[in-house]
Amino acid sequence: MGRLSVELCGIELDNPVIPASGTFGFGYEFAELYDINCLGTFSFKGTTKDPRFGNPTPRIAECSMGMLNAVGLQNPGVEAVIHEELQKLKPVFHKPVMANISGFSVDDYVYTAQKLDAEEQVGWLEINISCPNVHGGGMSFGTDPDAAYEVIHAVRQVTKKPLIAKLSPNVTDITAIAKACENAGADAVSLINTLLGMRIDLKTKKPVLANTTGGLSGPAVFPVAVRMVYQVHKAVSIPVIGMGGVSSAEDVIEMMMAGACAVEIGAANLVDPFACPTIIEELPAVMDKYGIENLTDIIGIA
Amino acid sequence: MKQSLLTVISNNALTSNVYELKLSGIEGMNIRPGQFVNVKTDGNYLRRPISVCDAEGDILTLVYRVAGAGTAEMSTWHAGKKADVLTELGNGYDLSAAGEHPVLIGGGVGIPPLYYLAKELKKQGKTVSAVLGFNTASERFYEEAFREVCDDVSVTTADGSYGIRGFVTDALPEHPTCSYACGPMPMMKALYRTLACEGQFSLEERMGCGFGACMGCSIQTKSGNKRVCKDGPVFRKEDLLWED
Repeated sequence: MGRLSVELCGIELDNPVIPASGTFGFGYEFAELYDINCLGTFSFKGTTKDPRFGNPTPRIAECSMGMLNAVGLQNPGVEAVIHEELQKLKPVFHKPVMANISGFSVDDYVYTAQKLDAEEQVGWLEINISCPNVHGGGMSFGTDPDAAYEVIHAVRQVTKKPLIAKLSPNVTDITAIAKACENAGADAVSLINTLLGMRIDLKTKKPVLANTTGGLSGPAVFPVAVRMVYQVHKAVSIPVIGMGGVSSAEDVIEMMMAGACAVEIGAANLVDPFACPTIIEELPAVMDKYGIENLTDIIGIA
Repeated sequence: MKQSLLTVISNNALTSNVYELKLSGIEGMNIRPGQFVNVKTDGNYLRRPISVCDAEGDILTLVYRVAGAGTAEMSTWHAGKKADVLTELGNGYDLSAAGEHPVLIGGGVGIPPLYYLAKELKKQGKTVSAVLGFNTASERFYEEAFREVCDDVSVTTADGSYGIRGFVTDALPEHPTCSYACGPMPMMKALYRTLACEGQFSLEERMGCGFGACMGCSIQTKSGNKRVCKDGPVFRKEDLLWED
């Protein structure tokens, strides 16, 4: 194992850097820019049972040190993901990939999870119970411990692959949701999804986003994410994947010190398409600067 | 797509709020008409997508309107300033669709990408007409530049203060072989209803990344969901779902 290597639910990653779902497509388009095998892995675009166009535009707004999105889970549906998207990924990515799954009912989640569980290249199932941009599903499962338990427990019955629950920060006590997921059989939790936000256009006097509200991400949310990763790491005994505004090698290290065993990177990919390889390249020097021999030594050290 | 640190050569006001920015430093510049770039500005998180007005030799020309914080910051740039720019974004116009007598139709800051297109179409020996629409005489820019390149140029102003009073739809040539258009949505929809010939329409949408990763700028077309940034910004008129 190298200095940057970490373990995620029994699978070794060359490094902890994981592009987050919704900021990396199905990977192959980034493969035109750099060899994506340098990544720990990546979490592909949130996949649902049926194809979805998502929300009307504008779907994107900006704020100081961050952005809001209200894409609304646009994806071609699990059949097309398996037969088209993952086929394009195979020749360019030779590591296990993280499948990101969303739904509007427990049955939806189970259906999609079962399909993706059968895919050899899928290493982990990341269950998104925290999308703030859809109605009647997504985040409603991630803001109530009983509903979170129900979804994760149901998906647990149909997969032996590592199961990761992706959590919403839009709750009073994120540790209660994390514990419910752990009790339901999750092998790990990943957090935070975006924070619910809103912008208003002063000229039109109307919301900027067609969906009115959207999910806030980028450096603006980083301290919130560090706090929640820290709290959840203390509250559960399963691994925690940290994300939320991570933009540099220093941020990766801070997130790991808070308790993350791996780190997802989202909005940064949209501003700088080379953000992830740059961070991976810079990690060793930053580790040297802070006297860190191996990244595994600092997980939860704070 | 290419990421480059470019150097500002000049940044001049063409009107009270439209600027012409010239940048150098792209190695092996390979930009097609209708493509755009995504510009990092100081103090703003997201990049600003700007259409390419010209790409000649080592010089990239962008013409942009100050519309918000990002373009306002760009307007303060001086020669020598370094700018982080993603280039070669989007599909660009299909020049093979032009036929012998294409018409280029632009409204306001939709006009700039048509300039580079006009030059390339002339290189192919086409008879090129241009219709440039503005709100008012003081907002005009690039009229002379188009006159130097195109076979004929019509200018319209909505208030009649210069050229033909009215909109671009009031000044269309007869029987063009193909239309290339870029401008505000009401203009584009009017052209969609008016034009009989094939069209190459360049669309604008609020973008997250500009290179196809975030699905922030998706539209529905007759051939499925498309990203304006990656599958566009140029779409075949016949592919658009604007019947309403």
